[in-house]
Amino acid sequence: MAITKDEIINSLTEVKPNILFETNEHRDELTIIINKKDILELCKFLKEDIELEFKLLEDIAGVDWARRKNRFSVIYHLFSLRHNFRISVKTDVDECDCSIDSISSVFKVANWQEREVYDMFGISFKNHPDLRRMYMPEEFEYYPLRKEFPLMGIPGSNPIPKK
Amino acid sequence: MDTFNKEEFHPKIIEALLKAEDGLTIEDSLENEMILNMGPQHPATHGVLRLVLRLDGETIVACVPELGYLHRGYEKMAENMSYIEFIPHTDRLDYIAPMCNNVAYCLAVEKLAGITAPPRAQYIRMMVAELSRIASHLVAMGSLAMDVGALTVFLWTLREREKILDIWDLICGARFTNSFVRIGGVANDAYPEVIEKVKWFIGQFDENLDECERLLNTNRIFIQRLEGIGTISKELALDIGMTGPNLRATGVEFDLRRNSPYLFYNEIDFKIPTYTEGDCLARYFIRIDECRESAKIVKQVVDKMPQGEIRLNQPKKVLPEKREIYTKMEELIHDFMIIDSGINPPEGEIYSAVENPKGELGFYLVSKGDGQPWRCKIRSPSFNNLQAIPHLVKGYMISDVVAIVGSIDPIMGEADK
Repeated sequence: MAITKDEIINSLTEVKPNILFETNEHRDELTIIINKKDILELCKFLKEDIELEFKLLEDIAGVDWARRKNRFSVIYHLFSLRHNFRISVKTDVDECDCSIDSISSVFKVANWQEREVYDMFGISFKNHPDLRRMYMPEEFEYYPLRKEFPLMGIPGSNPIPKK
Repeated sequence: MDTFNKEEFHPKIIEALLKAEDGLTIEDSLENEMILNMGPQHPATHGVLRLVLRLDGETIVACVPELGYLHRGYEKMAENMSYIEFIPHTDRLDYIAPMCNNVAYCLAVEKLAGITAPPRAQYIRMMVAELSRIASHLVAMGSLAMDVGALTVFLWTLREREKILDIWDLICGARFTNSFVRIGGVANDAYPEVIEKVKWFIGQFDENLDECERLLNTNRIFIQRLEGIGTISKELALDIGMTGPNLRATGVEFDLRRNSPYLFYNEIDFKIPTYTEGDCLARYFIRIDECRESAKIVKQVVDKMPQGEIRLNQPKKVLPEKREIYTKMEELIHDFMIIDSGINPPEGEIYSAVENPKGELGFYLVSKGDGQPWRCKIRSPSFNNLQAIPHLVKGYMISDVVAIVGSIDPIMGEADK
């Protein structure tokens, strides 16, 4: 049972009129761009709506745009097993207020994925149950995937552990 | 395994361990309980996975997996090299089935650049991807059996895998890290001797797989160590982001080859095996069934493979063939331009995912119109599958952890990126 992009957009505007959003299409992929305060509500709607059922959160990715005003973006990729349809939800995060609501209360998988974004970009997730670094050691002070972090690393930033 | 020494753990890890149950303080829990460190150098954790276990006697109360011991920063490296240069690095993600990763990455870049490989190239990609799925599942089955004490099967499945590595040697000249797939096509054509060898392999494979299966299915110890161990429900598995055989073992019929077909999978007749138990035994059975289905797919692919070009003729995006570079001026210029400044896909961002042996491997690529990707995010299946481990091991014994980790089949190369 296929669902069209217009049907998703229509049901979103009908059920959640308070969420303002823009849409973008590239290579047949639908992206919904929203303000970061609505992220938890939107994800909950997409997952629990009986018409849509986007039950699989595939990935959370962060992007550093370097010189842009809203420096970071967080992108959520959701898949609906019922309609075999994938959408992306995109939201911007500014460097001054570098935090966003955690959606790990809606999707359990978001737990580690958000930890990874936090580890790599330093975006903190509010109400996250266990916000630690995913890959880097806890003492590491930098965020490696930010554009100002050099490719060769910073000498002495990641010391060899003492015996 | 070492016993607990408080200074060796970061306080946040201990905090996460104790969080599993409410109302417990560290003094309470350590009175009757023990914290045990398993890995990162442990033969049963398949690489450098570290599990910190909280035990009550021999029963696991909580478990915290620690990742990052194989973190090489591939996403950062991808931002600093051209699209073509990154292909060999995808081999090192899931190093048991490198061909699948090549296919996934090249499909993502092709989607970003808006090109499609010719049909013959796509059929060759399907052939090598399914062969590598068989190779990966053979290692998973063999090492699971070895972990729970049945050593012989590992040798037998590796013998079968060796034949696939020989086919890869014949088709691209490398046995292990292949880098065979190119953007807009594949490196070499599948010559008749390759096809013949693939046909021979598929012809004898079913019989040999039956042999391995008989050895395990009649092994009472093997069955008893897996049956009913590490069960997970359908809903939780989907919520926790499991994909691939691990998800299908719980009864969710989710396979990207069927759910959002890529290459020519919609023209191939194959079944998606599912089990409903969701325990270690189901995860083992499903891999055997998938091996059979993959063999069936390879057979059809070889029969249906059309003749024609193996690389797209689009000089601005796709590298020309080597012998043409040496003899023709135009091709030399295009080759230089692609190597020097890259393929420059138009501005935009895409997410492309394929079904890998371990689950869904996705690439999220952002292009700003340059030769290098602005951002390359790898959605690795093992990373998301590993997140289920705390739920799977809770309430079972230490010896079951070995079986559960083996049945999940994580590859730390892709979990840590």
